[in-house]
Amino acid sequence: MSKKPVATRAEPETTGHVWDGLREYNNPLPRWWLWTFYITIVWALIYTILYPAWPLVNRATQGLIGSDQRAAVRAEIARFEEMNAPVEAKLVAADPNAIAADPELANFVRNAGAAIFQTNCAQCHGSGAAGAVGYPNLLDNDWLWGGTMEDILFTVTHGIRNTTDPDARFSQMPAFGKDELLTPEQIDQVVQYVLKISGQQNDAAQAAAGAQVFAENCAACHGEDGKGMREVGAPNLTDAIWLYGGDAASLTATVTNARYGVMPNWNTRLSEADIRAVAGYVHQLGGGEAPANP
Amino acid sequence: MSSTETPPALYAAREPVFPRRVYGPFRNLKWVIMAITLGIYYITPWIRWDRGPNLPDQAVLVDLANRRFFFFMIEIWPHEFYFVAGLLIMAGLGLFLFTSALGRVWCGYACPQTVWTDLFILVERWIEGDRNARVRLWHQKWDLRKARLRLFKWAVWLLIAVATGGAWVFYFTDAPTLARDLVTGNAHPVAYTTIAILTATTFAFGGFFREQICIYACPWPRIQAAMMDEDTLTVAYREWRGEPRGKLGTPGAGDCIDCMACVNVCPMGIDIRNGQQLACITCALCIDACDDVMKKIGKPRGLIDYLALTDEPRERSGLPPKSVWSHVFRPRTILYTVLWTAVGVGLVVALFMRSPFSVTVAPERSPLYVTLADGSIRNIYEVRVRNQHGDDRPFRVSVGSTQPMTLQIEGIEGEVVTIPADTTQNLRVYLTAPDGSQAALTPRTEVRLWVEDTKSRDRVSQETVFNGKGG
Repeated sequence: MSKKPVATRAEPETTGHVWDGLREYNNPLPRWWLWTFYITIVWALIYTILYPAWPLVNRATQGLIGSDQRAAVRAEIARFEEMNAPVEAKLVAADPNAIAADPELANFVRNAGAAIFQTNCAQCHGSGAAGAVGYPNLLDNDWLWGGTMEDILFTVTHGIRNTTDPDARFSQMPAFGKDELLTPEQIDQVVQYVLKISGQQNDAAQAAAGAQVFAENCAACHGEDGKGMREVGAPNLTDAIWLYGGDAASLTATVTNARYGVMPNWNTRLSEADIRAVAGYVHQLGGGEAPANP
Repeated sequence: MSSTETPPALYAAREPVFPRRVYGPFRNLKWVIMAITLGIYYITPWIRWDRGPNLPDQAVLVDLANRRFFFFMIEIWPHEFYFVAGLLIMAGLGLFLFTSALGRVWCGYACPQTVWTDLFILVERWIEGDRNARVRLWHQKWDLRKARLRLFKWAVWLLIAVATGGAWVFYFTDAPTLARDLVTGNAHPVAYTTIAILTATTFAFGGFFREQICIYACPWPRIQAAMMDEDTLTVAYREWRGEPRGKLGTPGAGDCIDCMACVNVCPMGIDIRNGQQLACITCALCIDACDDVMKKIGKPRGLIDYLALTDEPRERSGLPPKSVWSHVFRPRTILYTVLWTAVGVGLVVALFMRSPFSVTVAPERSPLYVTLADGSIRNIYEVRVRNQHGDDRPFRVSVGSTQPMTLQIEGIEGEVVTIPADTTQNLRVYLTAPDGSQAALTPRTEVRLWVEDTKSRDRVSQETVFNGKGG
């Protein structure tokens, strides 16, 4: 025992290493710690035998217990499909007009329909369903072929102007300019007339002349008042919504070359439940119409 | 000293620790704290609390499946998780406060590792005897008696471990139902797995790993040095009084008679006379042990005591020691106390000011607006209304704006929506500004959506924006 108090503190054991006078304390790890390392090595070996691991020439070893992530995903999808089967059966059996009033179905079409929409429809109609030039905006209250649940259901099922479904909605606007059905002057006149009936700036004299052209060439489909005709998908020309643009240049291009928008029929790609779900989803986006009174 | 021929081993077997029984005020305090903390842990899930017919009657319940947290009269929904975050912040600040004032007081008294280890050592002593008997048993060859004592001890440890794991799962579902299901084998596999894991950890950590968890596994001892300073009270040895140590009656010797009582009672297996060290959890049992010896040999108590670093120079120079209070009350601890109190007051105020329903408004941004057939401009909002009442409530949604706007809710006639009890519902709300109006032509107009509980007349609102054409 030294007289100096500080020396009564036990001298720590060192490893014997000295660097520039600095000594390293000897603090050995516990023995069990070493064993945990060995256990992890053994565990790793067992794991690589049980699970797919070692890369070979063509594919890795497959493991003894047949673990397969793709099979796990397939099983998971099957599990969810089984979970959804009752509500999908109920959806298929339901009156389309009654879907919105049933909380369970309404919830299903809102969520499942959104997923189907994002996968299959968003490419043209946009992720927010706002459409683009040539692809209708599904959020507004203007419909080419009708906005009731049954109308939307028919459009999604059979599509528009496609060649794969004989029941597809069909109509064709003549290319009045390209096929020389109207002279360029007449086209200018009828464009001014359309600008007039849609409440835009127009040349009054030309518009007056265009009224005659419109009545003879356009009114058959777009109606005498220009409010369109849903039976043939002829758009309303008097409102604020334009699929291909409502200015003079766009209208001139439309009348000259005509338009021919195509939508696929989804009855060969989606199940009836999926079609009803996505139609229900589109119907509740803001523009859905109530069924016409029988 | 340095021999390069035989490097020291990198690994060493654990030195077994056989803490001796000790009596004294700190030991008694630890018994009390153990009784309180274990009591709270085991009993809390069984306390009932009537909340009406549709809600669980368990006082403390973490309902993960339904995303609710019940704590007596308080019900926390996921969007109010900041209360839990606030409690965690308070727990952290409280830990800072106690550590800066009293060092590793958490480790020594309240940490579950310490409390359960203490309990396991108690069981060990009851079954195998005190320190000397246990040391003998350790060195003794295996025979029938040793096997019997060991098996009995492990069985009791296992029972405690099962009860510990079992109590944990009761916090997450109705305790009486789960207890019945557990016994009859009908409980969810997750419950059994959780119990099995916690049983294994309790058994291993309390019975075998003990002080090694504190030394090798726990990060807290490494962090807390940042909160300690020269005024922090920790367990220390008055070496200026004790040294040079020697047998009682040795001329010129200090007060320490080298009886090893402080070492023998230490659950960490250290010698506090070596000074403050990494392994010391400041459980203060050595103080009790030493005070007992000092009393017997007629010396004043406190050879080992709660001391701060600043005490040493003062006592060496013969100055009177600073009082405990002057150590504890200093800017650092006062700051921690103020912060802790501020967070606590903030949480209580927030708790009493929260509305029994809440609303989140998310404007649709794809697209920013929709042009309707008549040229008017529509914006779409997802309004999430959470009805935290125990009954169905009709809520009226309205818009507050200086501009003329109409409000519609998808799928609903009018502006009143009934939301079922204890339910969250998303409403698709449309605001429409007429063609040519200022809101329709301005890129951004500030608007406020109001939701009113038409039964209680409570109103909440959220500011949002109406996007028009132009810009």
